[in-house]
Amino acid sequence: MTSSALSSGRPAEIRWHPLIVRYAPVIAIVLAIIAIWYVAAVLMNMGIVRSGFEREETPYTIADLISGTLSAERPLLPAPHQILQTFGEDVFGWPVTSPRSLVFHSWVTLSSTFIGFLLGAGFGIILAVLIVHVRTLQKSLLPWIICSQMVPILAVAPIVIVVLGSIGLRGLLPKALISAYLCFFPVTIGVVKGLSSPDPIQLDLMRTWSATAAQIFWKLRWPSSVPFLFASLKVSITISLIGAIVAELPTGAQAGIGARLLAGSYYGQTIQIWAALVAASLLAVGLIGLVDLAERWVGRAMGART
Amino acid sequence: MRAPDVATQVGPSAKRAEALAVSARGVSLTFQTADGEVQAISNVDLDIAAGDFVSFIGPSGCGKTTLLRVIADLEQPTAGTISVNGVTPEEARLHRHYGYIFQAAALYPWRTIERNVALPLEIMGYNAAQQRERVDRYLKLVNLSGFERKYPWQLSGGMQQRASIARALSFEPALLLMDEPFGALDEIVRDHLNEQLLRLWDQTRKTVVFVTHSIPEAVFLSTKIVVMSPRPGRIIDIIATEFPRDRTLEIRETPEFIRIAQRVRSGLRSGHSYDE
Repeated sequence: MTSSALSSGRPAEIRWHPLIVRYAPVIAIVLAIIAIWYVAAVLMNMGIVRSGFEREETPYTIADLISGTLSAERPLLPAPHQILQTFGEDVFGWPVTSPRSLVFHSWVTLSSTFIGFLLGAGFGIILAVLIVHVRTLQKSLLPWIICSQMVPILAVAPIVIVVLGSIGLRGLLPKALISAYLCFFPVTIGVVKGLSSPDPIQLDLMRTWSATAAQIFWKLRWPSSVPFLFASLKVSITISLIGAIVAELPTGAQAGIGARLLAGSYYGQTIQIWAALVAASLLAVGLIGLVDLAERWVGRAMGART
Repeated sequence: MRAPDVATQVGPSAKRAEALAVSARGVSLTFQTADGEVQAISNVDLDIAAGDFVSFIGPSGCGKTTLLRVIADLEQPTAGTISVNGVTPEEARLHRHYGYIFQAAALYPWRTIERNVALPLEIMGYNAAQQRERVDRYLKLVNLSGFERKYPWQLSGGMQQRASIARALSFEPALLLMDEPFGALDEIVRDHLNEQLLRLWDQTRKTVVFVTHSIPEAVFLSTKIVVMSPRPGRIIDIIATEFPRDRTLEIRETPEFIRIAQRVRSGLRSGHSYDE
C-alpha cells in the first residue's frame, strides 16, 4: 500500500502489494477447497464414527463426533491434515531405501516414467516424421494410431505384462513400455502439426534454393515444430506418469506409487492412498516444471521474445 | 519440359550483353480448381535482356505473380516454352540462377539476421569463412550492418525486407525475381527502398523482374514495363523507359514520367481492369 494518493486530498485508494495481487486468487481458491474438504470429511465420516460410538455404547457429544470424523483411522475421506501428516511420515519417517518410504516408491515410478517418456516421445516424433514425409503412411498409419488410444489401457496392461514376462522381460521395462504406449500419441499429433506448420512461402524459398529434403527438414520443418513439440511434451509427460502408475496396478508390483495405491485399497488405508496421490501430483507438477524449464531454455536459444 | 531453341543458340554460360535472361514463347498456364479450369496466364511472349529492370504491372488476378513463379519453376506452364538464363527454369533453379523475394520477408524467427542471410549459403555448401564474408558484404549493401545479432522480430518491416533482399543476393544470382516486395510497407519506407533497390541494381548489374500493382513504382524502377490484364492473364503492352540508371525520386515530377505513367494507366484501363 502506498500513501501517495493522500496528498491529492482524496481518500487513499487501497493499493495491494504485487505479490498479494498475484497470489491472492490462488490462495483464496485453496482456502475454499480446504474448507469444503473439511466439511465434506465431517459429513462423509459421520456415519462410521457414529456407528463406532454406538457399537461401543459410549455416550458422545457433537464435538466428540466431529473430532472423531477428523481423526478416524480409516475414514471415507481423510481430512487434509491427516493426509499431510501421513505424507510427511511416509516421506521423511523412513530411510529412502525402505519399502515403507514414499520417496522409494516415487523413485520406482519416476524411473519407469522417464524411460517410458523417452521411448514414447522418441517413437512419437519418428512416427510424426514418417507421417509428414510419406503420404501413404499418413493414410495407413493414422487410423491405427487413433485406434491405439481407444483401447482401455487397464485391460491391456496385464496382457502386455504377462506376454513380456513370458519372454523374460520383467521389472522396469514392461512398465516403461505401457507408459510409452500412452504418451506417444500427443507427441505424434503435435509434431505432425508442427512439421506441417511452415508457411508455403518458406517452403517455396527452400525450393528456389533447391534445398534437399533433409535440409528442408533440419533447417525449416524441425525448428518450426519445436513450440508444438513442447506443448505436446507437457501433456505427454503427465500421461506417461499416469501410464507408469497404471502399469503398476495389475501386475502386483511390489514397489511404486501404483503398488502403494493398490496396497492402500486392499487394507482400507485411505489416508495412505491419499498420501500416495499427493506424491503423484507433486511428481506431475515437478515433471511439467522440468519440461517448462527445457522449453524456456530452448526458447532462449531460438531467440524467442522474453 | 523440353529445352527451348534459345538454349542452343545462346548456351547456358553465355555472358554476352545481349543474352536473354528470360525468353518466353506462347506460355500459358491453366489451373484445375474445384470450380473448373482457371486460365492464369494465356499465350505470353516475352524477352527480358540481361541487365534489364522489368516490372509486371496489373490488377489482382492478372497472372503477374504466376508468370514470375513460372520463371522461378515454382509453377509449370501448361503450354509454350520458356528459358531462364538460356536453360529451362528447372535447370536455372537447380543451378541457383535466381534469387526470389516474396511480399513477406519470410525470415526464420529462430535465426538471427546474419544466420538468416547465411541460410541459402549453408544450403548451398559455402564454408564458414565464405558465409561470413558474404553476409557482411550484403548486409552492408542493404544498410543493415550492426544488426547481425538481432532477431527478425527486433527489426521493422522495412528492415526485415532489406534482410530478405540481402539473403537473396548472398549467393550472387544473376537474376532477382521480386514479387511485390514492398507491397506491405508504407509509402515513405517504400520510396526509400525503391531508391536503394535501384542503386543496388545499378551497382550489381543484375537483371530484376519485379511484380507490382503500383504505377509510380513500376515507372520509377523499370527499364521495361509489362502491362498485364486479367481473365485470362495476358500481356497487353510493353513500355520501354529511357531514364538513366542512376535516376532519383525527382524524375517522378518530369513530363516524361507522367507521360509513361499515363500510358500504363490507359493500358490497364483498355484491359478492362477496372470493370469490377
